Amino acid sequence: MSGLATDLAAQPLAGLLQQHPILAEFIATLEVELSPGTLTLGQWLDELPDEVFFDAGMERAQMIDHLQRLIDEMAAMSAASHEQIHSITLIGGHDKQGRAENLTLEFKAGEIVCIVGPTGSGKSRLLGDIECLAQGDTPTGRRVLINGCEPDEERRYAPDRKLVAQLSQNMNFVVDLSVRDLISMHARCRMLADPEAMADQVIACANDLTGEKFLPSVSVTQLSGGQTRALMIADAALLSSSPVVLIDEIENAGVDRKRALELLVGGEKIVLISTHDPLLALRGTRRLVIRHGGIAEVIETSDQERHNLEHIERMDATLMGIRERLRSGLRIEEDLQ
Amino acid sequence: MQLITVAGSPSVGKTSVILRVAEQLQNAGRKVGVVKFDALSTSDDQLYAQKGLPVTVGLAGSLCPDHYFVSNVEDCLAWGERQDLDVLITESAGLCNRCSPHIDGVLAVCVVDALAGVHTPKKIGPMLRLADLVVITKGDIISQVEREVFAFHVRLANPGARALFCNGITGQGASDIARHLQAAPQTPTLSGSRLRFSMPAAVCPYCVGETAIGETHQRGNVKKMRFVDLENT
Repeated sequence: MSGLATDLAAQPLAGLLQQHPILAEFIATLEVELSPGTLTLGQWLDELPDEVFFDAGMERAQMIDHLQRLIDEMAAMSAASHEQIHSITLIGGHDKQGRAENLTLEFKAGEIVCIVGPTGSGKSRLLGDIECLAQGDTPTGRRVLINGCEPDEERRYAPDRKLVAQLSQNMNFVVDLSVRDLISMHARCRMLADPEAMADQVIACANDLTGEKFLPSVSVTQLSGGQTRALMIADAALLSSSPVVLIDEIENAGVDRKRALELLVGGEKIVLISTHDPLLALRGTRRLVIRHGGIAEVIETSDQERHNLEHIERMDATLMGIRERLRSGLRIEEDLQ
Repeated sequence: MQLITVAGSPSVGKTSVILRVAEQLQNAGRKVGVVKFDALSTSDDQLYAQKGLPVTVGLAGSLCPDHYFVSNVEDCLAWGERQDLDVLITESAGLCNRCSPHIDGVLAVCVVDALAGVHTPKKIGPMLRLADLVVITKGDIISQVEREVFAFHVRLANPGARALFCNGITGQGASDIARHLQAAPQTPTLSGSRLRFSMPAAVCPYCVGETAIGETHQRGNVKKMRFVDLENT
């Protein structure tokens, strides 16, 4: 037993349970009568029969250590959730031929950056460098700074505190839970004060993004492709702990892409999208062109492109309108010219 | 030589993860070998051999695979020394979620499958709870929501341990795991070492709670492995 755990054992159980709800949750899994009275944690554990420890798969000393580690872990998670990331800086390395990238890019919270380039050009490598907070030790030689500083070792090698949330087209919900249960479970993991209210907000937001509305009571595995994607985006924007969201295309079926992006950016995320969809690619402040494994060019979205985007949006709105009318069983017979 | 115990339920992707990580360690100049423990049969040894990794197999047959593991791990260590390995990885499947092969002072890895559902981390016993490093597989095909919830539950099941995601197909995440394994302590001998948790119930000495490793502690129904290289000399 560690010194800290010895101190823990000497504390009154009733006070501990009040201070650390996670201990009550753990004790509930032991399926023992819990009437703490005036006992200390150590005294209470001493009175438990051996079978309880046997069934829990722990020895007495291991259980106190486990409880101490549980308290420490909750404290660490709570501290990490207050961490603010305002910017990420990417310091260029080299492409596959060894040509230097010669650039330093700063991505700020609330910014959309698009990544364009053919399959196999190195888009995933770039996203991977950001995800692992490369420090010149990946094949590209790139370096990544957080808030302008080199991340400390602890930050780098704690990938359970992920910097990057990913949304890709081959991701699905697999768990057999209702939308409300899964999202409120996620909110509890983030240790929010009112997880149910947050779940309602995420579900309302997702319904706002998709043409086909769904109920909170439906199972996540029964959602359509568009509903699934809308829920994933709303959750990433409002609930994910990760300050960076990496998106591999947003299919146009059933998701309002413009609002999806506004939602993510409004959540003060840094959004990186690998896309060739004009509605998305031109909405970013700039786009990175990837060639031969390196960033070959950085294109700032021009005024003319922004103007063109408005035109493309009108065309898209027309198409979305037609889709909506087809969904409701109407004819499309007017002159579209 | 560094010994690393890798455990996980059947079909979670232990072999794929080990193959990916071993490749990274080989690239770093380390000589890696694997002992594959299984219940009735396996063909995974061929996968290891294809990658040029020295491999030996232990089939537990009618015995509990974890009890069989601990009866033989010292001999496996000796095999690794004979092969002149830098890193010896043992792979074993936890079948009842009750026993665990993890040994004090030896780097312990548990592989869990994110597809198994968000409540699974609670159900896996000492194999997960006493590991130093938890590797989560198949995270690439589930939603970010479930990934975060799953990782959270892993942290509650084993507070303080590192949890890393690894894609056994593409190898994404394998370099982070390899970095952790590089820092594993040396295991010159296992004699006198102890399991992190007793293995309860049944008929061999380890079934009735023995944790000490060494021939002198092995009485009753102890099944010993055959080592082809010893038989040929």
